[in-house]
Amino acid sequence: MCYLYVELQSVISIPPRLIHRGQASVYDTGCVMATPRADDWSWFPALALGVSFLKCILINAYHSTDFEVHRNWLAITHSLPVSKWYHENTSEWTLDYPPLFAWFEYSLSHVAQHFDKEMLVVQNLIYTSPATILFQRLSVIVTDIVFIYAVKECCRSVREEKGSKDLLGHPFFILAALLLWNFGLLIVDHIHFQYNGFLFGILLLSVARHLQVLYFMTLFLVEQGRHLEGALLFTVLLNLKHIYLYIAPAYGIFLLRSYCFTKDNTDGSVRWSSFSPVRLVALGSIVISVGALSFGPFIAMGQLPQVLSRLFPFKRGLCHAYWAPNVWALYNMVDKALSVLGVRLKLLDVAKLPKASMTGGLVQEFQHSILPSVSPSITLICTLLSIMVMLSIWCRPRGARGFLRCLVVCALGSFMFGWHVHEKAILMAILPFSILAVESREDAGIFLMLTTTGHYSLFPLLFTAAELPIKVLLMLLFTLYSFTSLKKLFRGSLLNPLETTYLLGLVAVEILCEVVYPLSPWQHTLPFVPLLVTSVYCSLGVSYSFIRLYVSLLRQHGTDKHKQL
Amino acid sequence: MENWSLVSICVLFGLTARWAVSLNSYSGAGKPPMFGDYEAQRHWQEVTYNLPVHEWYFNTTDNNLNYWGLDYPPLTAYHSLLCAHDHGFDFCWVLVADLLIYIPAVVLYSFYLSEGSNKKKVCTVLCILLYPGLILIDYGHFQYNSISLGLALWGVVVLGLGWDVLGSLAFVLSLNYKQMELYHSLPFFCYLLGKCFKQGLAGRGLFLLVKIAVTVLVTFALCWLPFLSDPGQILQVVHRLFPVGRGLFEDKVANTWCSLNVLIKIKTILSTDTQLYFSLTTTLLAILPSSIKLLMKPTLWQFKLALVNSSLAFFLFSFQVHEKSILLPALPVCLLLNDLPLPAIWFLQASTFSMLPLFLKDGLLVPYVVTSLAFLFFSIYLLSAFEHCSEDKLRLGPYRRLLICMPRMDLGRVTKWKFYFSITAMAGLSFMSVALAPPDQLPDLFPLLVSVFSYLHFLGLLLYFNIVQIAEPLQSVRKNQKKSN
Repeated sequence: MCYLYVELQSVISIPPRLIHRGQASVYDTGCVMATPRADDWSWFPALALGVSFLKCILINAYHSTDFEVHRNWLAITHSLPVSKWYHENTSEWTLDYPPLFAWFEYSLSHVAQHFDKEMLVVQNLIYTSPATILFQRLSVIVTDIVFIYAVKECCRSVREEKGSKDLLGHPFFILAALLLWNFGLLIVDHIHFQYNGFLFGILLLSVARHLQVLYFMTLFLVEQGRHLEGALLFTVLLNLKHIYLYIAPAYGIFLLRSYCFTKDNTDGSVRWSSFSPVRLVALGSIVISVGALSFGPFIAMGQLPQVLSRLFPFKRGLCHAYWAPNVWALYNMVDKALSVLGVRLKLLDVAKLPKASMTGGLVQEFQHSILPSVSPSITLICTLLSIMVMLSIWCRPRGARGFLRCLVVCALGSFMFGWHVHEKAILMAILPFSILAVESREDAGIFLMLTTTGHYSLFPLLFTAAELPIKVLLMLLFTLYSFTSLKKLFRGSLLNPLETTYLLGLVAVEILCEVVYPLSPWQHTLPFVPLLVTSVYCSLGVSYSFIRLYVSLLRQHGTDKHKQL
Repeated sequence: MENWSLVSICVLFGLTARWAVSLNSYSGAGKPPMFGDYEAQRHWQEVTYNLPVHEWYFNTTDNNLNYWGLDYPPLTAYHSLLCAHDHGFDFCWVLVADLLIYIPAVVLYSFYLSEGSNKKKVCTVLCILLYPGLILIDYGHFQYNSISLGLALWGVVVLGLGWDVLGSLAFVLSLNYKQMELYHSLPFFCYLLGKCFKQGLAGRGLFLLVKIAVTVLVTFALCWLPFLSDPGQILQVVHRLFPVGRGLFEDKVANTWCSLNVLIKIKTILSTDTQLYFSLTTTLLAILPSSIKLLMKPTLWQFKLALVNSSLAFFLFSFQVHEKSILLPALPVCLLLNDLPLPAIWFLQASTFSMLPLFLKDGLLVPYVVTSLAFLFFSIYLLSAFEHCSEDKLRLGPYRRLLICMPRMDLGRVTKWKFYFSITAMAGLSFMSVALAPPDQLPDLFPLLVSVFSYLHFLGLLLYFNIVQIAEPLQSVRKNQKKSN
């Protein structure tokens, strides 16, 4: 019966692309001048090409050990049989991404051999010939095409109000600039070296597929198709890099609630009778088939425990060498302050305190001296508690935008409370949040706080003197643009004086940490202080943004209830 | 968005591109015994910091002039002395100099002296700042051209705003930073003299002339103060600045003599003195028409064109020209980007291309390719160069009058096709220089092809700019002459 219904729908449905075009042109005849959106996208390639040129010119800039990590993976996947991929340990940078990423490296290695065969030899540790550098850098730049396409799709799904005729003031232009020219992505991918661009591209594409549902609400079948596409993309993403597990809860709840249940009660709560098993099976089969494709061969070879032990190394400490600006950074700081205070006041015995080098540079356990130590299970509980608010989309789904907000809360919650979080993980919250920022005034304010502090906290990634000006210039470029464009979009100031003062404080921190402190005598005795100050100062801003985001979600929930009464 | 934020974004983008280029290798990195221009700058810091002023330009036991001896005017020497106090931040100094001198002049020029909407002015700022030749030479090869060019640009801007005395001051400073600024000196002279004539040499004009003359003399005297005590010193400095002994040209340079040398070996046939007089005469002949025209009609538009024509003529015909000197004509051509987009972009691209052998020697292939593509794309897109190339907009009318027998065709379209062809040829030649090994008998084949090909461009554009300048009627009031709002 159900099958018949679907069949019938597919006969009468129009291809989605045609509908979209049709809608746009109808819209255009209404107000031709106000929407350069449908007829002229020539600015988009300009924006994308511009940033690609910038990426190309950074080819010879500093790159971190991640460069060698990926070279090693190219070598492993190219020269060893599949069964050895997760056992190989010649280099200390063993393969610790899920299998699909290994296959991605495998396919890259076939192009790589035309550049320099030597980079594909496992024993050639820290091999950086010019051809290797050129190839690896270009591979990041070229795979960023996925990201560029995803940004374009996101821009098409942005809600816009009839506003200024100026192209520069349009939400989709601003969104495209904020995403394509994102400072964090630029320095992490194209200077530090990682492949986040195309991974975030897949994430944004999946988000865009969910958002675009709104356009075709009337057509049942199209809605279905887009949701499944979104789910498929996200499953692929999970099998490329498992760090995206952090935001999987948001996907799970959203798809279960808004996709598997086809109807709501009049008060917005779930109508249990509308549960569609077909949809659940469709979702399940997507997840399982992608999982089988990726992990299947390793399960067949009986290597699953080995693969999982590589993917989830719990031997690492609570914090990374440089503390990510989250709750644990504040916790460590309080602990340190208390112990110093205790020793000063002669309440504590120095000899009894555990010897711990703070941010010494090695990944190791940090022992707390006063406060109780934190175990992985506690961080897990804290993370889960922090993202409980997501359940609000179960009670009252607010469409794809509610989902997007939950996704950001999820990403930020796990960043705040997670175990061994990297500072780079902040991008997982910043990039999807950009979409919300161009749609509402309040979100724009939170976005400015979060991006500016989050991006500043990435500064220690680039510590070489030659790269100092480039990171400062790029940061200024992005921050200036995001402030002026969002201010123009919402016609007015978005931050209160206290927030502005805090953000200006970042300038002082930067001057103190990178100009004044290196000249002082403490540079040799206490070299970690600048990192500590940066991390603690930024964690204040990130925590504040997290709380505000949380409040905005709760408040929405509250107003909905109020309306209901 | 407000103008200030757009301009700041453009400036930040320009600075980012500059710094990104500096992350590549620089001139002579790891190439003993002479290294390259980076070593020269370092050596000058050493000389100026450790030796007394009167030994700077002399060959002494402490100062071996054969090893990167100081051969720039006193301001360069003072600047080296200043930098020597903070050695280790060399590329920072270039960036600071750029930020303080060149970039403000570009912004002021675009906003006060060029026409069009605000958005168009911002686009002009961005395109001028992205000109690859200057970025690659200053930040890749390592030189301080942005100081001398920036000061000259300040001269143009200030003169354009009507402050003649300050303008001549800025230009004299630039001349004292690099003697190559002489390429620009005749238009400055003719423009100011023309203005004095216009105001009447009997009355206010004379007063203005005296004021300017005094400013020039005093500025010169101040710059040369430490050397004035002894005529021997002055002569030695002048001798260092104009090394006649180094011959008509060095290496491969895209000017007349080097290109002519392929057919006739002038360098061996003629004596050095004959070469000197010969080049002097041809240079003077080449700059004469534009100078006379400027003298009769001292407007900003004429002044800009005369700057192009004079510096380009110097580059093509004068004695001892370096390939980097193409930056001198490139500066005034940048100022024409807004008025004549296509020819200006064409020239600027050709000028970058003409320095290809130098960039390859310095290992700047990637930045060369990227910045050239970025400049071409952005300038054509932002200035909508292809929409502004009708026969009328390109001022090609005089060609019709000159060549009556020419078949009827759309000259604008022809120009566009020529442009496509030349860009493709440049890309092809760049590719060949990198990828192919030259035949054994002709090891310099590709550099020579590059310079001859660029030379043809320069010659053609010299003619074009001269015709545009000369063809402008003397009396009628054109839009361009009005000082823009």
